[in-house]
Order: sequence, then C-alpha cells, then structure tokens
Amino acid sequence: MSAATTHAEQAEHDSHGIEIPHASYRDYTIGFVLSVILTAIPFGLVMTGALSPAVTGVAILGLAVVQIVVHMVYFLHMSPKAEGGWSITSLIFTIIVVGIMLSGSLWVMSNLNTNMMPQAHEEMSQIP
Amino acid sequence: MSSITLPAGNDKPVYYEIDEHPHPEGHSTLLGFWIYLMSDCLIFAILFACYAVLGGNFAAGPGPKDLFDLNLIALNTAMLLFSSLTYGLAMIAMQNRNLRHVQMWLAVTGLFGAAFLAIELYEFSHLIHIGATPQRSAFLSAFFTLVGTHGLHVTFGLVWLVTLIVQLGRHGLNPANQRRVACLSLFWHFLDVIWIGVFTFVYLMGML
Repeated sequence: MSAATTHAEQAEHDSHGIEIPHASYRDYTIGFVLSVILTAIPFGLVMTGALSPAVTGVAILGLAVVQIVVHMVYFLHMSPKAEGGWSITSLIFTIIVVGIMLSGSLWVMSNLNTNMMPQAHEEMSQIP
Repeated sequence: MSSITLPAGNDKPVYYEIDEHPHPEGHSTLLGFWIYLMSDCLIFAILFACYAVLGGNFAAGPGPKDLFDLNLIALNTAMLLFSSLTYGLAMIAMQNRNLRHVQMWLAVTGLFGAAFLAIELYEFSHLIHIGATPQRSAFLSAFFTLVGTHGLHVTFGLVWLVTLIVQLGRHGLNPANQRRVACLSLFWHFLDVIWIGVFTFVYLMGML
C-alpha cells in the first residue's frame, strides 16, 4: 500500500469519523419558540400570582421538566439512535442516579430535621 | 449475528477480530464529551440537593422574597435562551460550510453569554453590598455555590468560545474544529438546561 492511498483513506476516515448531528432551522425554531413559551408561562404565573402557591409550584415544576425535554430533543439532538444508543443510555443512567440522590438526600435530611430537633417542636406546640 | 463457519482441514476457527478495525481520530470525542456532561450533571445535582436541604435555613437573615428580583432573572433567562438560538444558527452555518457566518454567530452567542454573566455579577454584587453574603446563612451559602458554579461554567464556556473563534480564523473549518464546535454546542445547550433548573427551583419556587 502506497503512502498516497493511506493518506486518502485517512482523510476519508476523518470526514466519516465525526458524526455531528444534523442541524436544521426547523429544529432550532421549534425548540426556541417552545422554550420561550415554556419560560414565559412559569414567570407569568409567579409574577402575577394568578394561582395558589401550591398549584403554581406544581405547574412550574411540570413546565420545567417539559422544557428540559424540549431542550434535549431540539437543541442537544438527543434521540435513542444518537451515538448508537450510548448517549441515551448514559443519560438514563444519570437520571436514575440523580433521582436516587435527590430523593434520598431530601428524605434523609427531612427525617433528621424532624427527629433531631425536639425543642423546636415543643416550642411550636407552646405557641397559642 | 453472523454464523461461524468452521474452516476445512486443521485450521482453528477464529472467534475474534484479528485485524484492528479503524479508529479515526476523534470518532468518539462527542460521546466522551457527552459522558463528561453527564458527570457535570451529577455535580449540579449535588448542589441542587444541598440547596434543597439548606435552602430554608435563613439564620434569621433575608430570604428569597427579600433578595430576588424576578425581572432581572427573566432578563437573564432571555439572554441565555437567545444565546442557545444563536449557537444553533452557528451549527447550521457550519453545516453549510460558511466560516464567516459560523464566526459571526459564535461571536453573537458570546455577547449574549457575556450579558448573562454581567447581569449575574451585578446581582451578586448587589446581594453582597446589602449584606447578603455567602457567610450570612446556610441558604445564602447554598445559593451562591449553586448559582456561582453555573456562572463559572458559563465563564469557561466563554473562554472556550473566544478560543474557538480564533482557532476557526487560523485553521478554518477542518474536522478538528468542527468537532470542537459540536462539543461546545453540547456544553452551551447543557448550561441552558441547568439554568432551567436554577430559575425554576431557586428563583421561581423561592418567590412562592
């Protein structure tokens, strides 16, 4: 094999080696419009105080989850097929770890807060 | 699955690849960078958990309602969203092999990113000026750590962005630079995703 062909092959591999996801105006426009809407609604809800705090809290958390998915799909080009499925696999793994970590921390720490501060409870019960 | 054919004669069957298959330079960089982002995600998850646990401990100091200005945060969020869109336009320009447009859109992205940072630094300096420093309460320590870490990421993103614009000017849209633009795209959009968590969980939930 001559040096020239190896070079040509190398160049071909270089251009084929990078799998940059296809970007389109359509994807970015849809993603941007959806994110603007999904950002404006929670800010509007909190700034106007249209709903009760509990309902607003649930609503803005739900909208945040939807917006994160929109960003993942339209900006980060996440799909089950990207990188032969490895990027979605690592994403799901991360979500599971984050879920266990967040819920576990909150659970343990709220238990500690409840059990470790008896004085606070006594004081609370003495308030008329 | 391919079936294994036993060769005739005394040749041993081969169950593995003898010739190494090609590993073109950078073929796994994007996946590797994605996995780095996932580990970064864990850092932010821990900081969010800290904020969730400590966010109510005001030590008789100021709380979110006394400190946060939602108009400023809305402006900040808009800056980051616009920068995500303009980065997308840079990616499209790169697909069309238009070097000047790639550089221009990257520069516009950088300006929006710098505006975001400037607003955040203004907010921080205002908070510190009125005495709401990280030392004031557990809530403020957690707040400055979480939001500050995000801001630090944006800062490093900006450094990378400027470096990349110079690199593109010197070497053009060669495969290595294309790879770098694609990696920074992941990084930049990822920071926007983290910001969704920050403005929802810290600022909006704090004002309820």
